[in-house]
Amino acid sequence: MWSFFHKLGSPPWLYRISGSILRWLLPLTLLALVAGSVWGLLFTAPDFRQGNSYRIIYIHVPAAVVALAGYYVMAIAGAVSLIWRMKMADIAMRACAPIGAALTFVALVTGSIWGKPTWGTWWVWDARITSMLILLFLYLGVVALYEAYENKALAAKACAVLSLVGTVNIPIIYKSVDWWYSLHQPASIKFTGGSTIDPSMLYPLLFMIVTFYALFTCSLLLNMRAEILQREARTGWVRRLAGEREPG
Amino acid sequence: MHPVRKQRLYLVVFLVFFSSAAIALVAYALRGNINLFYPPAEVAAGLAPVGQSIRVGGMVVEDSIIRSPDSLETRFEVTDFEAVVPVVYVGILPDLFGEGQGAVAAGRLDENGVLQASEVLAKHDENYMPPEVAEALAASKARMQEQAP
Repeated sequence: MWSFFHKLGSPPWLYRISGSILRWLLPLTLLALVAGSVWGLLFTAPDFRQGNSYRIIYIHVPAAVVALAGYYVMAIAGAVSLIWRMKMADIAMRACAPIGAALTFVALVTGSIWGKPTWGTWWVWDARITSMLILLFLYLGVVALYEAYENKALAAKACAVLSLVGTVNIPIIYKSVDWWYSLHQPASIKFTGGSTIDPSMLYPLLFMIVTFYALFTCSLLLNMRAEILQREARTGWVRRLAGEREPG
Repeated sequence: MHPVRKQRLYLVVFLVFFSSAAIALVAYALRGNINLFYPPAEVAAGLAPVGQSIRVGGMVVEDSIIRSPDSLETRFEVTDFEAVVPVVYVGILPDLFGEGQGAVAAGRLDENGVLQASEVLAKHDENYMPPEVAEALAASKARMQEQAP
């Protein structure tokens, strides 16, 4: 267990292992993304009330779910970086922020597009939507804060504190529709008890959620690899790697 | 675990716990303001301000929608099954607006307790199903009601 933890801290090992994971995970994810979208958009029945407009759920919900989960990944990486001063944890934390921001942005935009035909408005300051907007600002805040420091060790520390404080927003987003009167409907998929979405519509949705998790993992690894190469540019193993690929 | 790391771990736990507690207190203090709308029961109890812009949300009462024949004026009632608030709205309603459906109306309460709405939003629920399933459900519900008495 501890030897695995120590290996995680080694840049060449992480670079090599992430390369072999991405070799099969990335094409599989892209294939699943296309397959899931076609399944959701073409091969499911329209909703009895919303007709075809509900189909945006196959992008909206996975993006939102993974945006929330990705925040925990970022915060945990931040905690590891604070406690153990692990360089790879810094890199993981920093790599999460732009991906999470992109997913949150997608969730907000698709929600807005969905809101117009169903609710009759593009935007409303309801608890769910406002707390989701705060999540976007938290992600962007981590990106900006990291860039604001010259000293990268100090930057990592500040970002870790910001992402840890921000974790309080995640249960608020999740429970906002139950705690307060909001325009956004409550969750259809529940951890306990049955779902209120028909199985024929639920399976493609679960498929897309898993695919978005895989997409998050791929983007995270790709971001981390780029950052590792940049930081370790002067070391022997990166020079050898570059030498092998560009002979002469 | 190394004592220095243990100390940092305590610091992280402390940070998360106290920032959460602070936000929880703020949310508790603002709980009335975070709600998007008043339920009709609170309007009936006089908790909603008269003459100020507010939102009222609930179910549209069955058979309560009256459309004006010569204008875009629509009258309907919203309920939370405890109280009823009448609403008057002039304008185009969202597609999902209908009797027995959720709706949120924004506007001002007049002296007679009627909400003069400037905006009406449809609120849909968390149920999704194909039309055939919805029909089958309605049919079996009707059968159950026939058998019951």
